[in-house]
Amino acid sequence: MILMLADTLAKETTGQNLLAIFFAAAITDNILLTRFLGMCSFLSISSQMRASIGLGLAVIFVTACTGAINAALYWFVLIPLERYGVPASSLQLILFIVVIAAFVQLLEMVIERVSLGLYFALGVFLPLITVNCAILGANLFLINKNLTVFEGFVYSAGAGAGWAVAIILMAGIRIRLKTARIPAALEGPGITLIICGIMALAFIGLSGLIK
Amino acid sequence: MPPDTVSTPGGALARQFWAENPIFRQVLGICSALAVTNLMFNTLLMCGGLIWATSMSAVTVSLMRRLIPQRVRMITEVLIIAVYVIMVDIAMRVFFPEIHRVIAAYVGLIVTNCIVMGRLEAYASKNTPFNAFCDGLGSGLGYSLILMAVATVREVLGFGTIMGYPLPARELWWHQWTLMVMPPGAFFVLAGGVWIARWFAMRREAAAAQSPPAPQAAPPQQGGAE
Repeated sequence: MILMLADTLAKETTGQNLLAIFFAAAITDNILLTRFLGMCSFLSISSQMRASIGLGLAVIFVTACTGAINAALYWFVLIPLERYGVPASSLQLILFIVVIAAFVQLLEMVIERVSLGLYFALGVFLPLITVNCAILGANLFLINKNLTVFEGFVYSAGAGAGWAVAIILMAGIRIRLKTARIPAALEGPGITLIICGIMALAFIGLSGLIK
Repeated sequence: MPPDTVSTPGGALARQFWAENPIFRQVLGICSALAVTNLMFNTLLMCGGLIWATSMSAVTVSLMRRLIPQRVRMITEVLIIAVYVIMVDIAMRVFFPEIHRVIAAYVGLIVTNCIVMGRLEAYASKNTPFNAFCDGLGSGLGYSLILMAVATVREVLGFGTIMGYPLPARELWWHQWTLMVMPPGAFFVLAGGVWIARWFAMRREAAAAQSPPAPQAAPPQQGGAE
């Protein structure tokens, strides 16, 4: 059974350029800057550098793992069940949410037991992650793109990495903004949105590199 | 008007629609819908779905507010929202199949929209069903107002159309502004909107701080910074 699974995985991933999938997800198709997902925690957390790094790492880890789990559940459970009249496209949403919530909860418990240091570095951000749309978004997009389980893992790791890069860059820029003179009405979210726009332009400008 | 203390249905609706507008005041919940704002019709559909999800899930949560155990409250609320979002998804697939193919993933993302969750947590789980409904409706409408404004700017500048109909005599005066079709356009338009709204709000607050002061020695430099 496991051999069969590994065999199908290997067969379906050959010929696809995993590196291209990763960098497309992380840079040119950046989930935050071109799809606007995960904006809420981005806008509020990017004012602190340390917290941004912690949240970014937590997002990479959770997105990559749930992406693989959800892709596997979708292709090996929901799609075969479709034959018996189970509406896969409607159920996928509920399934993904429950998997993400359960995974985050489990991870929080494990981290708390294993390492208190890690718990205080990452664990405090985990509740924020359950409602982070970037993670659910990456999971939904990888199904839309018809990616296999392993490609899905690479894609969602890339999406998480792109989100982390964006929030860490923004946190760095916002440190400098503190000394800048900004029109009073534009302070806070306004100027952050404008910088996001400029960053998005820069990231899209890299699209010639891939393909 | 302090937030979340108004208990009349009309007051709740008005507060969420304008005074505490989720986007301009709090810049929340732009995640799921900003990506579709380069076309007005897609935006309209997304907003419709969002209004339905916010108001109906508010009613449901409010009806169940004494039944939901505290520990599993969040996940229960998410599942309630998911049920309404799936209804929207199915309806859209039936009535607008071509558009559904483009925006399906974003419709699903209404589930994690911060506004929906936020209103359920802050208001619906503590108030009566009709008030909760008005609160949800108001925040949905306030959200749609802003997104439709963003979509109008982007579609006119990016495609030269309104709701898919070309502007009059656009060959003569209109040039495509490609930036508006691309994602960065949404950031710039929204930032401009936030800027203007905040500027007005700050001016009004400054005027309010100046006009009704007590007769004794008011500090002269207050509010005169602009």
